[in-house]
Order: sequence, then C-alpha cells, then structure tokens
Amino acid sequence: MSKVRVLVGTRKGAFILSSDGKRSRWKVDGPFFGGWEIYHMKGSPADPSRLYASQCSGWFGQLVQRSSDGGKTWEPVGNSFAYEGIAGTHQWYDGTAHPWEFKRVWHLEPSLRDPEVVFAGVEDAALFRSGDGGRNWTELSGLRKHGSGPRWQPGAGGMCLHSIILDPANEKRMYIAISAAGSFRTDDGGETWKPINHGLRSEHIPDPTAEVGHCVHHITMHPSRPQVLFMQKHWDIMRSDDAGDSWREVSGNLPSDFGFPIEVHPHEPETIYVVPIKSDSEHFPPEGKLRVYRSRTGGGEWEALSKGLPQKNCYVNVLRDAMAVDSLDSCGVYFGTTGGQVYVSADSGDTWKAIVRDLPAVLSVEVQTLQ
Amino acid sequence: MIKVILPAHLRNLVGITGTLSLEFSGPATPRLVIDAVEGAYPVLRGTIRDQATKKRRAFVRFFACGQDVSLEPDDTPLPDAISAGREPFMIIGAIAGG
Repeated sequence: MSKVRVLVGTRKGAFILSSDGKRSRWKVDGPFFGGWEIYHMKGSPADPSRLYASQCSGWFGQLVQRSSDGGKTWEPVGNSFAYEGIAGTHQWYDGTAHPWEFKRVWHLEPSLRDPEVVFAGVEDAALFRSGDGGRNWTELSGLRKHGSGPRWQPGAGGMCLHSIILDPANEKRMYIAISAAGSFRTDDGGETWKPINHGLRSEHIPDPTAEVGHCVHHITMHPSRPQVLFMQKHWDIMRSDDAGDSWREVSGNLPSDFGFPIEVHPHEPETIYVVPIKSDSEHFPPEGKLRVYRSRTGGGEWEALSKGLPQKNCYVNVLRDAMAVDSLDSCGVYFGTTGGQVYVSADSGDTWKAIVRDLPAVLSVEVQTLQ
Repeated sequence: MIKVILPAHLRNLVGITGTLSLEFSGPATPRLVIDAVEGAYPVLRGTIRDQATKKRRAFVRFFACGQDVSLEPDDTPLPDAISAGREPFMIIGAIAGG
C-alpha cells in the first residue's frame, strides 16, 4: 500500500510525519537537529531514501545534512559555499552597493534523475550544485554574473534564491526565483541565464515593469506541462504559458493576492492552490480566517477551502516553501504555519485536519509518496 | 593535551558530552586551538569561524581562564594553564536574541 512521508522544517528542528495512504493516522518523528533552523528538507525523486536538509543557525552558520535511509539517520556533508571569483556587489536596502555574502541555504532541490546531484539556492542569492551527494558545492555563477546582478536587492527576508524548478522534459532547462530580483531561466544547464519577468508589474519599485527587481515569492510547475508556470508574487498571482517569456495576472476573485506559497494539483495541471495573506504589512489571513484558495481553471476563478481550518482568531502565516502535494489518486495537500500547525487534506483540499498543532514555526513542508 | 569546551549545539553535532581533550603541544593561541578542534572534527569547519577568512563568527565567543579573549588577535598567546591543559579553552554561543 502507498505511504506518505512529510518532511517538515521548522525554526527549531526537523520533523518527519508518516502515514499510510489513508492519511488519517500519523506517526511523528523528531525533532531532528533540535534547536537549529531547518529551512528546507527534500527527498530525491530518483531514490526516495535519500534526503537532504538545510540546517542553520545565527550562531553557528550553515550545515547540510544527508540521509540515506529515509531520515532515520543523518550525516553532515559539505558546508562550504564559496562564490566563484570576485563576489562583487548587489544593491543594499538603501540603494548603496553591498558585497555579496553567503548567509544560508534556503532551498535544496535534488536532481530528478541522480540522487547524488542536488542544487542549493542560497542567500545572498546564488545557485550551487553538488554532484557528490552534497560533499562539495560549486556555484553556477552564470546566474549571479548575469549583467543585472549589481541591481538585485534583498526583500524583507533577505536576498534569497528560494525556488528551483527542474524541467523534467529538458535536462538543460531550469527555473529559479529570487527575492527581490525576479525569475530567471537557463536553457543550457546553468551556464547562462535570462530574466523572465516580462508582464510582472510591481508598484513598489521605481520602474514597475523593470526587467529585474520584482519580489517573486514562489513559482511552481506541473511536470506534464513544463511550459506552464504559476507564480505567487509579493502581490499578484501570475501565470506563464511560454516558459516564463511572458506573464499574465490570474488573481481573479481572491480576497487578497498577497501570499507566499503556490502549488499545482498532481493530476490536474489547471488546478492550483494559494493561501491569501492580508497584506505585505499584516502577514496573516484576511479576517482571521485561514483559507486555502483553489482554482480549477488555472487561475482567475478561485474558491475558498475552509472546512476543518480555523475560521476565527487565526493570525498565522504560511511561508513560501511550506506547502506541498502528494501524488496519490486522491490528492493530498499539506501546509505548515508559523503557529506550528501542519494541516493535511486527503481530498484535494475539500476538507482539512491538523496532523500536529504545536511544532515550532514551520519554515518548509515537502511530501514524498512512497510505494 | 589541551581541553576545549564546546557549546551544546556543537557537542551534539559531533556526538560528544563533556570536555573535549585534544593532542596539542607548544604555546596555544586561539587560531591554533580552533585549528586543532577543526582537525579533530572537520564537521565543525564553518561553525566557529568562517572557512575562508578564518574570522570568528559574530555570535561565538572565546574565553580563557575567566577572560573574554574573543577580540584579541588570533595569534595572541593564551595563558600557560590553557596550553598545559589545566584549564579549558571555552567556545561559547553568545547570549543573543532575547
């Protein structure tokens, strides 16, 4: 029978939540790496027993942990993330030039084909690759050295490379997103990159339609249609049907189009999920009601999903990497909150229940569907 | 032999309890002590000081014989009691964050 393994990164450690395919009874393991921030954990699609975790601390810096047995045991691997060549500068919050400095790994994206290959998106924004299971890391510096690099500027959470999408149909194509630079695409395996932000409009930057400078919060793709991308921007839900060459807004009837995560249903490429947040200055759900919104039309028309979620006095946030979907026939949708709850829906979002309620603030949620 | 006390998170990381004892000879300096710690436990590279610049991480402090030596140059000789292993060199996570 199928099983699911939910990988939860929090402000104070990692947790692994396991269930059979019914997703009604859960085993909770952890905390792993207690007291450390776990920005992200993800399993290899090529070998589900291989997991990677980003472990960091304001005191003791960055570590990368690796498991080869599905999270039962872990070993620290390489933690040297050295920018290639002269690091150069990007814009600081006040517009002055600021040296590029490594701070942490926000996102780990294992290769679709090789469990030893994994990509890391880091702050200050850069993309690294390991071909030996995380022991050694090499920067794909064509991204940072894109001519626009000196104009990139940190978002409120830092200048982080937070989204990495590998195209299943084209091994050379990859998408990434940076707050607050925007989205970029490579078609040559990471040698060269182009900004793909045409159609984005951000009223809070000097040129609202600039080539770079947009605060993209998250991007996602359905593997069967790698030309179609969905984006949660700072404000606005966006959609591209041409691999990011152009974008159009599909916020439609959402109560707020500010938010962080966005995900696609595993079996329905036009069904997408977001969690509206009141505003950029009030990071909690509108009206104190926690609602996931689902569009079955690829955006534009949205329905609130609230059954089982708190509908009063709820003031948590859901961060950009804290939502995931499994691939069981009846699709499971998962998200974690800054209040420490992890919710699951085993019916594509129609009904929800909490798996756990009292974890530390949740930074990331990923799920593995296991046979 | 020198003695080193690691902060709890780093003790957990390398799987030890109590005070660390390391082979060491000659006059100790902060740089040489950290070299010895990282040599014995490579996983600690980057957790106490930057791997490239060797600069102490901002929220890590060094104490020797009751004195905060964090701001001393890395090659400053430490007290004989540290070099002789009679007193531990203490690596401490700063009290920060409220």
